[in-house]
Amino acid sequence: MIQTFFNLDIMMAAWPIVLSGLKNTILLSLIVVPLGLLGGLILALLASIKHPLVRWPLMAWVDFFRAFPPLVLLILLFAGLPFAGLELGGFACVAIAFFLNTGSYYGEIFRAGIESVPNGQVEAARSTGLSRLQAMRYVVLPQAVRNVLPDLLSNTLEVVKLTSLGSVVAVPELLYEARQAQSITYNPTPIVMAAVIYFLILWPLVRLLSRLENRALAGRR
Amino acid sequence: MTQKHIVEARGIHKHFGALHVLKGVDLKVDERELVFVIGPSGSGKSTLLRCLNRLEEPSSGSVVVDGIDMLSPKTDINHARQRIGMVFQSFNLYPHMTALGNVTLALRKVAGKSRAEADALARAALDRVGLADRADHTPGQLSGGQQQRVAIARSIALEPRVMLFDEPTSALDPELVGSVLEVMRGLRESGMTMIVVSHEMGFARNAADRVVFMDDGLIVEQGPPASIFENPAHERTRAFIGQIQRH
Repeated sequence: MIQTFFNLDIMMAAWPIVLSGLKNTILLSLIVVPLGLLGGLILALLASIKHPLVRWPLMAWVDFFRAFPPLVLLILLFAGLPFAGLELGGFACVAIAFFLNTGSYYGEIFRAGIESVPNGQVEAARSTGLSRLQAMRYVVLPQAVRNVLPDLLSNTLEVVKLTSLGSVVAVPELLYEARQAQSITYNPTPIVMAAVIYFLILWPLVRLLSRLENRALAGRR
Repeated sequence: MTQKHIVEARGIHKHFGALHVLKGVDLKVDERELVFVIGPSGSGKSTLLRCLNRLEEPSSGSVVVDGIDMLSPKTDINHARQRIGMVFQSFNLYPHMTALGNVTLALRKVAGKSRAEADALARAALDRVGLADRADHTPGQLSGGQQQRVAIARSIALEPRVMLFDEPTSALDPELVGSVLEVMRGLRESGMTMIVVSHEMGFARNAADRVVFMDDGLIVEQGPPASIFENPAHERTRAFIGQIQRH
């Protein structure tokens, strides 16, 4: 059993491969999380324009990308676009797919946060001469982000986990490299290593999330 | 010498969908005047106040404040609003900033002051409302009365020509009302032009130059406090004053 799943020799041998996968997973996360946050912020700011010409297309966009399974979207970009003469490579496809998919999720979180800030805050800011954008930036957004911090963090956890989808389009991230090592060594130990590494990266975030949620609950009392 | 009207609103109408909230209101206010606006809830007094700094867009009419046409598309409304301070019933302090931060925000971002200048002006404004020692407190650490005074400081720091007060003491516990009225009295003595929507009749009696009674979207009558309170001309005014005084 230990020889099969926790084989020390194989761990030593697979370590360089797994480590390079880990680096790519971290790099991928550092790209897709800010990209998703940025996309979400743009969507949420657009959502604060109540004009029907903005509102309906926006709603359709967000609904569409929230209902579209990210794996399907990713494969469509990777395997479909070359037929349109556009070959993007795995990394770029992951970045675009995540921008579209997680941007929509982040967007809904930001929107809920913005709507949680009472209108009187904007009125006070505007009455002192701040522009709509300044009121948003200095008064509304800081409060909005604080109000939805647990949700933002929770979504970020999901995004980091979803980077493992990159393995499907040959992005050499943690899961992909672990599977490579597995097929070379004929042993599942590298996969176990990947699982442990995912846990070690994400567990502190999960703890932080619990603390934030508890604090939010305490604040509500 | 002809007195200059610092606020001149003419023929203000405001519709909210099918609701006709203001039905042609004219209001002229002189410099250094303190005008009290009273009336039953739903009479349109808060809406009138909010039309003066264009927090509400009037459906028709004109508003000129300190020579600036507030409704003209050519007017930079953000610039114009620096001249018109507003104090709200629910204070609306920014909860994520200290008292000082609340006061300095517009000084820095609208009036373009440096951080040091803004800090100095904000501390002076907080001192005027008696809260110099609370500069580093957040709104959550202040009483309602203190929060409202910080809100007043946030407005006066911009050196407005006119101050609008929208029921400034209605959300306060009775024992905290006095401190806010005290600050308002001080502002009045310094010569600030003030338009106050409030039911603080005692304050109206001894501080207001003029009382305006509104009902159903119109100004029913106006005059010096003594005549409005002791000898109202209209039945509706009499009924309202009677109700208020019974409480």
